[in-house]
Amino acid sequence: MARYILKRLLMMIITIWIIVTLTFVLMKAVPGSPFNEERTTNETVQANLEAHYNLDEPYIVQYLLYLKSIVTFDFGPSIKQPTETVNDLLGRGFPISFELGIVTIIVAVISGIILGILAALRHNGIIDYVAMSFAVLGISIPNFVLATLLIQKLAVDWGLFPPATWSSPAHMVLPVIALATGPMAIIARLTRSTMLEVLTQDYIKMARAKGLSPWKIVFKHALKNALMPVVTIMGTLLAGILTGTFVIEKIFAIPGMGRYFVESINQRDYPVIMGTTVFYSAFLIFMLFLVDIAYGILDPRIKIHKKGGGE
Amino acid sequence: MEKILEVNDLHVTFTTYGGTVKAVRGVNFHLNKGETLAIVGESGCGKSVTSNAIMRLIPDPPGKISNGSIIFNGKDLTKLTEKEMRQIRGVDISMIFQDPMTALNPTLTIGSQLIEGLRQHHKISSENAKKKALEMMDLVGIPNPEVRLKQYPHQFSGGMRQRIVIAIALICEPELLIADEPTTALDVTIQAQILELFEKIQERTGVSIILITHDLGVVAKIADRIAVMYAGKIIEVGTKREIFYEPEHPYTQGLLKSVPRLDLKGEKLTPIDGTPPDLFSPPTGCPFTARCPFAMEVCDKVYPFHSELSDTHHVECWLQDERAKQLLATSATK
Amino acid sequence: MKLASEGKANHSPSSTEVQDDWFKWKEKDLGAAESVARPSLSYWQDAWKRLMKNKLAMAGLIFLFLLTVMAIIGPMLSPYKVDGNDLPNQFLPPSGDHWFGTDSLGRDVFTRTWYGARISLFVGLMAALIDFFVGVVYGGISGYKGGRTDNIMMRIVEVLYGLPYLLVVILLLVVLGPSLTTIIVALTVTGWVGMARIVRGQVLQIKNYEFVLASKSFGTKTKRIIRKNLLPNTMGPIIVQMTLTVPSAIFAEAFLSFLGLGIQSPFASWGVMANDALGAILSGYWWTLFFPAFFISFTMFAFNVLGDGLQDALDPKLRK
Repeated sequence: MARYILKRLLMMIITIWIIVTLTFVLMKAVPGSPFNEERTTNETVQANLEAHYNLDEPYIVQYLLYLKSIVTFDFGPSIKQPTETVNDLLGRGFPISFELGIVTIIVAVISGIILGILAALRHNGIIDYVAMSFAVLGISIPNFVLATLLIQKLAVDWGLFPPATWSSPAHMVLPVIALATGPMAIIARLTRSTMLEVLTQDYIKMARAKGLSPWKIVFKHALKNALMPVVTIMGTLLAGILTGTFVIEKIFAIPGMGRYFVESINQRDYPVIMGTTVFYSAFLIFMLFLVDIAYGILDPRIKIHKKGGGE
Repeated sequence: MEKILEVNDLHVTFTTYGGTVKAVRGVNFHLNKGETLAIVGESGCGKSVTSNAIMRLIPDPPGKISNGSIIFNGKDLTKLTEKEMRQIRGVDISMIFQDPMTALNPTLTIGSQLIEGLRQHHKISSENAKKKALEMMDLVGIPNPEVRLKQYPHQFSGGMRQRIVIAIALICEPELLIADEPTTALDVTIQAQILELFEKIQERTGVSIILITHDLGVVAKIADRIAVMYAGKIIEVGTKREIFYEPEHPYTQGLLKSVPRLDLKGEKLTPIDGTPPDLFSPPTGCPFTARCPFAMEVCDKVYPFHSELSDTHHVECWLQDERAKQLLATSATK
Repeated sequence: MKLASEGKANHSPSSTEVQDDWFKWKEKDLGAAESVARPSLSYWQDAWKRLMKNKLAMAGLIFLFLLTVMAIIGPMLSPYKVDGNDLPNQFLPPSGDHWFGTDSLGRDVFTRTWYGARISLFVGLMAALIDFFVGVVYGGISGYKGGRTDNIMMRIVEVLYGLPYLLVVILLLVVLGPSLTTIIVALTVTGWVGMARIVRGQVLQIKNYEFVLASKSFGTKTKRIIRKNLLPNTMGPIIVQMTLTVPSAIFAEAFLSFLGLGIQSPFASWGVMANDALGAILSGYWWTLFFPAFFISFTMFAFNVLGDGLQDALDPKLRK
């Protein structure tokens, strides 16, 4: 197990390093970026940039100093808001985005798994068809379309929920639905198909032959095995939810990281794009690492054989 | 002798897109207390379906016990509700599956899979359950059981896993054990060990065993009586002696000729030509007719009557009819 | 112990039923024992037949066909141009003149929708094709060579796979500047990784099959083994993967347009149209969003159900 974690940890560091290097190289390559020539009009900004990126040093030194700043969680200044740094934006926006993301994941995972199990247990029944039609729709409708529909119907026409911002639990409902539907649909489909496969396995038949109740068979014997593949796609889902927050925060005017990121893209605020991308990537890759570890804990086959184990 | 199980006119069908498969078509047999009955036949002949029917583990839909009764200790299992049946599975009747690699849940420890049946059916403390589990592991010959209890299936070899499966099946001390091809997936040397284990267990616990297999070698070792199944019917049944030395049905004879035997040196191995009939639309007559070296016209038209050659030896074949015996006699003189 | 009763399930013994002259040897007819179960169809015929039975997948296929036709001829059916600003006529509801209405700049939504279909389908198909070529070459070499080459190539894939896909795409587009070409490039730079993994898995699996070993032992050239034996058998999952790449690329394009990194106005893609419509929808101009949203959703839906259908139809395990 320790070796497994160590290997994953190494992979994680390499991947983050690649992202950091990639952003550095790309930013140096952008024609007309503030890193290449003195194009910025604001003197404070120029001073901030030079201070952070050490623009008067040779590239290699710039690169190493940049790496050092990343390691110390210093993601650099902004060129549009001279008094702000990426860290300021993160401090303000990240807690909100994180909250949105966490609630979304919980909603998506729980409802997706329940839907998938119901569909599998009532295979080819009405619940199955309804759940799976719902799931295909959920995968097909882009979240920005769903978000706009929800605002139009539930907020504007019917007045059930507030249409925008992020100040009370009621404000969370629409953004979370809009963001969670896609991942939920994917989880439901995957849970259903693996559950169906698991239910045909010999060990399920064996459990039935022991006289166990259907409840116990599903929850003790089938579910854990059926959820393994769901754990493996958690990484992809997390990435989808994270990029989904860009869109959702923009539409619902939620003052999270995603909205700052989109703004920085529209304003071509390169240092912010760079810093935020690195932060997002590192965060995501760390999450993937956690998912891998969770998988290793859930599936005993991944552990390294203990002494006296195999024959 | 006391009968523990009696299967009468059992029919099992499966409804599929392609039509209805009549997998078991009127099977009759019984099992005496403490004996081992082997059900032998090619794959697809309905032997596994029969054993699953006894456990009421036929997936419904598409499968269904469409007719017949299964009397176990005086109770008709086909009439029980699913809930009542659960009180019998694992407690009175246990089952062992073909492939030990897939029969154990990879994500649960051996220990928890061993004791869960026990704790489902009996009020027993986890302390005592564990004690019982260790006892069982000792019985099936697993060294170092204390450590092994906490391990996962992937840490065991195939033979060891099958021992675990047997321990799981026996932990509630069932009266009847159904073993569905218990050695097919194992190496030959391991096969012998597992068969010896069966003998030892029967000696110790007096459990009655139904052994489902296609392998006559396995049968020769541990069976008391043998039922030969073909295309959803039992075509011949008898004691091990009767089946091996006085087989009457041409299919049984063919089966015996197609496996190597130590006691008949110099005999040529001859396979049975052809394949079993399609069970979507089984023939009205004897299903073996198309492959039978003694096929007569009657065989196609009517299913053979049941003949009793002795108390224990029964066969369903037209060759037992007087008129066929005359035909045989006249053909032999030509 | 009597078992006589057991026989009654079959027939009650009555000698009248069984006539004496039926007891003569039957003509040998071994052919009857060898049942010919079903006519042997080629892999593709068989798969096609099964796909045809899947109504949802066929509906998807027909929708995509019609969409393609409309993407080609749609813009020609209307007198308006894709970038034909007509401010006095902004936000006209659907009518005889403007079938899908007009947008905030008075542009005809009907024309723009089909123009958007061109862009979306083009992006989707190009992404799928490029992924296919790169993935097949990379995964094929990795799987076929095996050993160290495979090891190194797969390590690279593993690292690339760990990169957050859309973030890399965003980064690339910020640097390269948004245009049709750069979008496709950005989407495929890391997109081929999934395909390469699938191809490698398939090749590894099939490489050891007996028929490949057989053709190898007869001295057939390696190239021929790949072309004749490996490729047809690997196609199933690859086709499915391609079918599913198209909607994810279309979605990615819409997503990028939404962030302002897609095709630039005045040109239309569904994502651009949806983004432009965001403000208008709250004022009740529903058609500006409805049409692009409807077509994005249905195209995704069509590709998804087609992909599912193909997966079922091409899975050799399901052939019976």
